[in-house]
Amino acid sequence: MSIEVRIPTILRSYTGGEKAVEGKGDTLGDLFADLDSRHTGLRGRVVDDSGALQRFVNVYLNDEDVRFLGGIAAPVSNGDTVTILPAVAGGSGHPAGPGHPAGPGHPAG
Amino acid sequence: MDRATYDAIVAHARRDHPDEACGVVAGPAGSDRPERLIPMVNAARSPTFYEFDSMDLLRLYRELEDRDETPVVIYHSHTATEAYPSRTDVSYASEPDAHYLLVSTADPGTDSVRSFRIIEGTIREEELRVVPVLEPAER
Repeated sequence: MSIEVRIPTILRSYTGGEKAVEGKGDTLGDLFADLDSRHTGLRGRVVDDSGALQRFVNVYLNDEDVRFLGGIAAPVSNGDTVTILPAVAGGSGHPAGPGHPAGPGHPAG
Repeated sequence: MDRATYDAIVAHARRDHPDEACGVVAGPAGSDRPERLIPMVNAARSPTFYEFDSMDLLRLYRELEDRDETPVVIYHSHTATEAYPSRTDVSYASEPDAHYLLVSTADPGTDSVRSFRIIEGTIREEELRVVPVLEPAER
């Protein structure tokens, strides 16, 4: 028994294209350390230098967002499924600034 | 993209103005066909930021996976600026196969809609073609 970890498209370069990999550990932090031993670099895309979850990704333990379960310290056990999804977010907040081509818009509806 | 989907995206953007609107158009995996419009709630409810709610995101990806679909188009609106990816958009863009569609609702009288690929921080604009109906899929 182990923990299944579902990998989003953008991180499959770390898993040889696999959509899901397996790992082990008592906490999410342990699990990502274990995964990183076989899929080098994966952990760094999910966990930042301070050991917290990156803000660009969401991590779910079974059906719950781990931010509400203690984040990287969340306990995990055999048979759990962990899902990593990149946040879908953005917005005009910080404009790209001058220098980009400001071409005409495409067909108006 | 078919006219009905295009019009529905613009209408969604207008409806949510001055907040940013967002959503996806799903299609069969590998098809690059925007077939099924899925408007999403902007959990940030902000005029300068959009974000899919974390649980909505999980439900969406599970649904897509169950149907063997991918997010072919990811759309959102800019409500005071042009339809061009911001630095924030680029930093969050994480679907290299998706078309990022931007709608500007800054001008009440004119719809500006543009499409981009955003791959590893690089923005590339692409032609957006609106057709009466999508051509039948090649099988």
